[in-house]
Amino acid sequence: MKREYTFAGFGGQGILFMGQVLAHAAMFAGFETSWMPSYGPEMRGGTANCSVVISDRKVRSPLVYRPDLAVVFNNPSLQKFGPRVKPGGTVLMVADLIDGGPDRDDVAVYPVPARGIAERLGHPAAVNMVMAGALLAVDPTVTPEQFEAALRTVTPAHRLATLGANLQAIREGMGFVTARRQDRPATGGGGE
Amino acid sequence: MQEPTRRVLMKGNEAIGEAAIRAGCRFYFGYPITPQNELLEYMASHLPAAGGVFLQSESELAGISMLYGAAAAGKRAMVSSSSPGISLMQEGISYLASAELPALIVNISRGGPGLGRIAPAQSDYLQATKGGGHGDYNILVLAPASVQEMADLTVLAFELADAYRVPAMVLGDGIVGQMMEPVALPPPVTELPPKPWAATGCEGRPRNLILSAPYTDAELVELNRRLQRKYAAIRAREQRAECVLMDDAELGIVAFGIAARLALAAADNLRERGYRVGVIRPVTLWPFPETAFRAYPAVRAYLTVEMNEGQMVQDVRLAVNGAVPVHFLGQGGGYVPPVDAIEEQALAILEGGLAR
Repeated sequence: MKREYTFAGFGGQGILFMGQVLAHAAMFAGFETSWMPSYGPEMRGGTANCSVVISDRKVRSPLVYRPDLAVVFNNPSLQKFGPRVKPGGTVLMVADLIDGGPDRDDVAVYPVPARGIAERLGHPAAVNMVMAGALLAVDPTVTPEQFEAALRTVTPAHRLATLGANLQAIREGMGFVTARRQDRPATGGGGE
Repeated sequence: MQEPTRRVLMKGNEAIGEAAIRAGCRFYFGYPITPQNELLEYMASHLPAAGGVFLQSESELAGISMLYGAAAAGKRAMVSSSSPGISLMQEGISYLASAELPALIVNISRGGPGLGRIAPAQSDYLQATKGGGHGDYNILVLAPASVQEMADLTVLAFELADAYRVPAMVLGDGIVGQMMEPVALPPPVTELPPKPWAATGCEGRPRNLILSAPYTDAELVELNRRLQRKYAAIRAREQRAECVLMDDAELGIVAFGIAARLALAAADNLRERGYRVGVIRPVTLWPFPETAFRAYPAVRAYLTVEMNEGQMVQDVRLAVNGAVPVHFLGQGGGYVPPVDAIEEQALAILEGGLAR
């Protein structure tokens, strides 16, 4: 078993953090894993992306060329990483920050209005955790419990106040995607 | 599945720092430079709590000289930097070698020449393995390919440096430095080897002198002879390589550090398609593991993959000594060889009849 993930967006959207939580969850679940960052020179506002590999044996390449699943947070990230997703793979996108969708019909696309959801919760910075919830709804590699345990471990002491909001955002993201999946199977293309 | 052993998810740079503290390193000197800053930060926040000294030196030149001082006093000590900073330290490294001082130098290298850029690169191979500074000397050079090895080889570097009284280098790049992987941290060292030669205050014993400059020509000749005997012993005993899928391999891919991980991925894919491909990964770059190249008579060609313009390939060619062709794939300045590019070049060699 090997699953490869790409997370991409702007610096400041919590892209790298989201990948780190997933990698921690994978380690807690007993998998081998790697997390690799790649970001522009600015911490905030620049492009940020990271790769996570989860495997039941030692990870060979920590670099991900063709992810099974991509979570994209802005238009440039969709344009860059959408075409790289493996046929049969999955694209999760922040629908209210992205125009349109990937121009292909061989991947499952889940547009999630994560910014709106996060703002409605009163936690506008939790867009990444809404998307993490969406990921957990479509990808069974780690369980929501393992992901939440990882989040508790990774959240630094000075950010513990965000934990409750983040856990709530995860549940909202999961709930949104689970409800949509029951309505209709995911297909390629299109926004919400 | 359950977590088999207690592991933590760390960045490679942080793993070096934690392993160094556990190995008894109590003196760290350095000056900030990307892509090794996580190591400097880790030492700043953790070394004082372990009873050690973190000192951000005013320059790399000062830092390497502080390392000389701490090592001369018999302490486990280290510096870290990245390529241009390591170039600045070369005079001091030559002095450490001449004074036979054990010390750790970490180079999380970047693309050069000059100031270069922070993209991952392996362009400091020749500088690291051929001395780097002036004079007839070598330092131990260890090349981790995973976060686990960032920890393990840091410990080994301290041990070998003490055992042979030579400086040791851990040579990584921005990928192994900044990626995170699970790591089982080494147990804390409780007892360090005695250093009766150290300058620790001579009350009650004859004084110890730590000298870089001998007083006579004859003494300098003798120092060089002694160093060469030591290097011969290291070459005989301390070569290390990881050889994967090599037993029946017709094509051996040779790569170190993170490039070897990509080579392994390529070898896996080629094996699935029925090609007999393996990987030799030098773990010690100096001493270069030349004996590994004599262990696989089925090999009919080698492909060396590096993130530079062709540096280690020179040592591969020396080790192979013309027995089979040695090909090269690589580029400097931040090139990371894609797995499919390695496969493509390997296939071209295999299907071209191997003998080119």
